[in-house]
Amino acid sequence: MGLEAAIPVDGFLTTSLNRVINWARRSAVWPMPFATACCGIELMATASSRYDLARFGAEVFRFSPRQADLMIVAGRVSVKMLPVLQRIYKQMCEPKWVISMGACASTGGVFDTYAVVQGVDQYIPVDVYVPGCPPRPEMLIEGVMAIQRIIDQDNIPFDGDGRRLPLEIALEPTHRPSDQPVDVTIGAT
Amino acid sequence: MRKRRGSGWLYDAALMTALEHHAVTRVVEAFGDRTLSRTNFRDQTTLIVQPEDAHEILRFLRDDAACDYALLVDVTAADYLEYPVDQPGRFGVVWVLRSHTHDDLLLVKTWLNPSIDTSGIEHDPALEVDSACDIWPGAEWREREVFDMFGIRFNGHPDLRRILTWRDFPAHPLRKDYPLRGRGERENYEVIDRDSV
Repeated sequence: MGLEAAIPVDGFLTTSLNRVINWARRSAVWPMPFATACCGIELMATASSRYDLARFGAEVFRFSPRQADLMIVAGRVSVKMLPVLQRIYKQMCEPKWVISMGACASTGGVFDTYAVVQGVDQYIPVDVYVPGCPPRPEMLIEGVMAIQRIIDQDNIPFDGDGRRLPLEIALEPTHRPSDQPVDVTIGAT
Repeated sequence: MRKRRGSGWLYDAALMTALEHHAVTRVVEAFGDRTLSRTNFRDQTTLIVQPEDAHEILRFLRDDAACDYALLVDVTAADYLEYPVDQPGRFGVVWVLRSHTHDDLLLVKTWLNPSIDTSGIEHDPALEVDSACDIWPGAEWREREVFDMFGIRFNGHPDLRRILTWRDFPAHPLRKDYPLRGRGERENYEVIDRDSV
């Protein structure tokens, strides 16, 4: 944090407990990758070195739902897979958040058939919708940052009884993707 | 074999005779008393058999040295309901065979006509054909898929359960009279909200 440079090492810092807890939570969001389709590939790219989700403290992908607090539903969910999704969601410990990544997870996408769920938000609470088919890694990072802003600012749990409502934030794709790939030169002047 | 003229393909009767498929010739020699027919499409031969003869002919195609179809590539089916061209039946069951020794691919097809309404999952005795599991063990899951999607039952199959949809699925979804969006199967699930977990 750089705090130790700004204040004496034997000094004190006063803050509220909630702020410290939320700071810790948003700085170490551990995603559970529920990757069922091509969005999962983009999810892997997001976690890899070029986009480096570690910059946002969310690089520790946990395949055990009990160790995760953010579920990223990446890809279409078939009707047969839905009970699995719900079971994994139930197994995650509070507090937990859900990102619905891509068109299929959010709406069913082009797969308007008997076998595909038309949006996971019909069956589990979704906090952030990330549009795209698939979304670029920048977009998913924006989604993770939205979760971080939620944790930071909304002081969860905020309604007093320990529960919270799904936030249902839909991201607006306003960013301009940078030119790809970016040349990297080593040792040149 | 085929001569391209203008925009269409022209078929030459003499050349079509030359197209005669060696395995089909063997089957006709061995099963001359059965109803058999043959079609060609883009050098691909399909042998059409009666449902009750299918098992015997498939076994012959594997065991006969001149045929030697050691590999069953696929078992599949198609529903010809409202097909633009008249077909001999509603469902076509297709076995795709491959011979490595003769470097050849052969399709064996049979037609089935349902005797009852096809919208449900009731057992239709008319939609039955003998299983090829005892000839090629690899047929097991393929036949389960055909059963799951079309409701065609394979007699003698060791474990004929649904394979893609779940056990209680109330239809055979690849039948053409099944609606694309289903009959509400995807809507009937438990909803989890923030209060229920």
